[in-house]
Amino acid sequence: MTDALTTPLVSVKNLSKAYRRGNQLVPVLEEISFDIASGEFLALMGPSGSGKSTLLNLIAGIDKVDSGTIVIGGIEITTLTEAELASWRAANVGFIFQFYNLIPVLTAFENVELPLLLTGLSRKNRHEHVATVLSLVNLTDRADHYPSELSGGQQQRVAIARAMVTDPAILVADEPTGDLDRVSAGEILSLMGRLVADFGKTVIMVTHDPKAAEKANRMIHLEKGLLVNGDALVNHDLQHVHP
Amino acid sequence: MFILKLILRNAFRHRLRALLTITGVAIAITAFGLLHTLVGLWYLGVERSSATRLVTRNAISLTFSLPISYYDRIRQLPGVKSVAYGNWFGGTYIDEKHFFANEAFELKSLLELYPEFVVLPEQRDALLRDRRGCLVGKKLADKYGWKIGDPITLKGTIFPGQWEFVLRAIYQGAEKSTEERVLFFHWDYLNETLKKTVPRRADQAGFYMIGINRPEQAAEVAGAVDALFSNSLAETRTETEKAFQLGFVAMTEAIMIAIQIVSYVVIVIIMVVAANTMAMTARERLGEYATMKVMGFKWHHIAGAVFGESLFIALLGGVTGVLLTFPAGQWIETELAQFFPAFVISRETILMQLTAAALVGIVAGLFPTWRGATIRIADGLRRIG
Amino acid sequence: MAIPISYSFRNLWTRRLTTALTATGMALVVFVFAATLMLAEGLQKTLVETGSPDNVIVIRSGSQSEVQSGVERLQASIVESRPEVALGAAGRPLLAKELVVLINLNKRGSNKPANVVIRGIGDNSLAIRPQVRLKEGRMPRPGSAEILAGESIARRFEGAGIGEHLRFAMRDWTVVGIFDAGTTGFSSEIWGDVDQLMQSFRRPVYSSVTFKLRDPAAFDTLKQQLESDPRLTVEAKRETRYYLDQSEAMARFLRILGLTLTIIFSLGAIIGAMITMYAAVANRVTEIGTLRALGFQRGSILAAFVLEALFLGLLGGIVGVFAASFMQLITISTMNWQSFAELAFSFSLTPGIVIKSLLFAIIMGLAGGILPAFRAARMNIVTALRAT
Repeated sequence: MTDALTTPLVSVKNLSKAYRRGNQLVPVLEEISFDIASGEFLALMGPSGSGKSTLLNLIAGIDKVDSGTIVIGGIEITTLTEAELASWRAANVGFIFQFYNLIPVLTAFENVELPLLLTGLSRKNRHEHVATVLSLVNLTDRADHYPSELSGGQQQRVAIARAMVTDPAILVADEPTGDLDRVSAGEILSLMGRLVADFGKTVIMVTHDPKAAEKANRMIHLEKGLLVNGDALVNHDLQHVHP
Repeated sequence: MFILKLILRNAFRHRLRALLTITGVAIAITAFGLLHTLVGLWYLGVERSSATRLVTRNAISLTFSLPISYYDRIRQLPGVKSVAYGNWFGGTYIDEKHFFANEAFELKSLLELYPEFVVLPEQRDALLRDRRGCLVGKKLADKYGWKIGDPITLKGTIFPGQWEFVLRAIYQGAEKSTEERVLFFHWDYLNETLKKTVPRRADQAGFYMIGINRPEQAAEVAGAVDALFSNSLAETRTETEKAFQLGFVAMTEAIMIAIQIVSYVVIVIIMVVAANTMAMTARERLGEYATMKVMGFKWHHIAGAVFGESLFIALLGGVTGVLLTFPAGQWIETELAQFFPAFVISRETILMQLTAAALVGIVAGLFPTWRGATIRIADGLRRIG
Repeated sequence: MAIPISYSFRNLWTRRLTTALTATGMALVVFVFAATLMLAEGLQKTLVETGSPDNVIVIRSGSQSEVQSGVERLQASIVESRPEVALGAAGRPLLAKELVVLINLNKRGSNKPANVVIRGIGDNSLAIRPQVRLKEGRMPRPGSAEILAGESIARRFEGAGIGEHLRFAMRDWTVVGIFDAGTTGFSSEIWGDVDQLMQSFRRPVYSSVTFKLRDPAAFDTLKQQLESDPRLTVEAKRETRYYLDQSEAMARFLRILGLTLTIIFSLGAIIGAMITMYAAVANRVTEIGTLRALGFQRGSILAAFVLEALFLGLLGGIVGVFAASFMQLITISTMNWQSFAELAFSFSLTPGIVIKSLLFAIIMGLAGGILPAFRAARMNIVTALRAT
């Protein structure tokens, strides 16, 4: 047994977060603790206002906790400064948004290239990486289209390519199918499943759509900032096979 | 560089908005340039002054004259190289619309005193020989199409009557800034006519122009002249040509200051407009900035993009404004020739214009840059959808 | 069915920063517009009030102002004997033969000299100028080196206050009185006994002859007769006309400058308003679609956005006029280009200017908002609703 098997990739301990609304402190997450193993496809579910997006943001390092720790890949990200977090994110996290969040003035190719600009890679190297992930999501022929010229599903695939281009360990998705029709949604979810199965990525997805959750191999429910049950569902099809 | 690509494309994302903003900045910069030139023109007389020329006039005011007998006494003072004397004539040519300066002057000394007036030797001789001859600057001669030998008639205002002259010499300015729109005629002609018509006004000079050997002697010679005539019936006041011109300028200073203030106000107005545009633009893009931050871009990347866009649009408007200033200046020169016969835009003005444009871009970009750079990711992302 | 006015109003309030910035830009333009009008008005007021339409001023023909003019004693007497001259108490003609020269005086607190008018007055000078009255002190004694100072001069020039001394023409002159001439040009003058001054300045001729008309309608015939009299080389003007002409060059310059600047500025402000309103429309696309779907007509949408723009303009206009009203506290003193004399005048705010400025501001708002409003009104409902 190697460390990769026994040590969880993500370890959340006693996480608490509250938001200030006027004079009041509204608690969103209360002393949450759980682990995520490498290669999991996790669905974070719960009703609106349950804190699932907040939890996602905290794990992805784009928000700061009030108390508790988050350790990812051995690094306690809760102690990092803003600048350190930015660098950490660039190398370790790929984010997929509900509304794709592509830059409108950049082509699909340039959007995917964007995260690579933070690395020291040469132009040639960058372009190779972009080409690779674009073919992965089957959009090579649309590389020089602007987001406004792409359908919702295509835009989300560009977004996924962008999330993958730096080869991060974790992919974080906030309602990735929320704005898509049934067919496109299905395509996106399958794609994400392949990223876990074929490339060993760890995917953490927030959703309120039970059909989307079906693709995941583990579900966590949140209700009013608290975990309801630990591991609700295990999808054997997606179980990562270790050598 | 990538950030330049981003700036360029973002700048023209909303073509209409970009066009309007650039147009607004261009108009403001053009107006600023025109006003700046206007103020500069006012001080042009000061620029043209020589450090080796002094002006002596009646201490009471310019409306009083000095006896012609002062000439010999001034000439003998140490440090004085040459002396000329003259009277402001202020005659009208055809009608009041055709205004140009005209003066009666001791012409031989005038040409010595003003080496920047370049005259062909044969014209000079003809001028000095003809009592009714007059000397005209090239720009003025060109404006009315005068040629050597042409008769010119002025209607006197201070010295009534119809005064007839013959154009004997045309002078060209040695430098670009030399005044070329003046008509000079013989003081003796004025004096002789006065002796016959209004004798009590004869033998008087409106002012003396003194040429000194070295600029450092200016204060000394000026003091000597005034001391010579103090406690006499016509006390003098002598100062450098520059001080004399400055005195004139100071009298209309209030208007000039007002115009200068207005030229800065125009920049402030467009700064407000540009700031508004950038603020709106930045607000609309907060989601994008947040997304980039998620990807790992830091605050200075965002700041560079926003600030760069503001500066880019402003400078684009600035350059357009500078280019527009030239045809505008040309129009002013032709249509408002009565007020502004020469409206030349200087290099300094252009520099000021570009600086102003840059300033607009900087100020307009400050708040949006700060906003974009400091937006908390979670807050920014919430703006999408 | 019209969209309630509060819709337009509240939208401005919601985007406070943008509203404030756009209105500020407009306010600045209105400020300049109003200030320019106020300046021209102030100048006009000063100079026109300086004269009276019942008075005639006679100067040498061809000279453009009293300073350049010279009227010989004999000619002055001929004018004095005209029957059109009104008679005052004791049957004396209400006529004054005056000398006008310029002297250099230093302003208080600075080395900058200015040309100040010295007017040698006669017995009737005050009588024909009812706008002028002695404010402090007394009239100069005849035959003495005593002078009166106009209120503006006494305040701003060294040595011109009551009890102070001025030195010119090789004599010391004492200021024994201050006269108040309102906003007229006389406030910028120093008055003394004409004979004393003529003697001291060694001027043997008068500068002008001013008198009150017995019958104001008789002016035209009088003018014609005076100017064709072979013994005289004079021209006659109504006093009001004379002072109007004096300010013509300056007033025209100010007016052209002001107009040009205002046009340029207003273009800038209109552009600002357009940008704001276009953005407002773009941001509310879904809202507009919803309103149309609810049943509001295109015209109502148009009206709502136009109203918003008009409010913006009005806001800017009110702030601009308010700020401009403070300019009334400022006095401008400069040299009049035609008379070469120091002239002091201030900004004058009239109800007419207030109305013109507000109207100007509203029109700017309209010009800025009309095109975006049309865009809003012409939107296709379905496209609008579908937009994110």
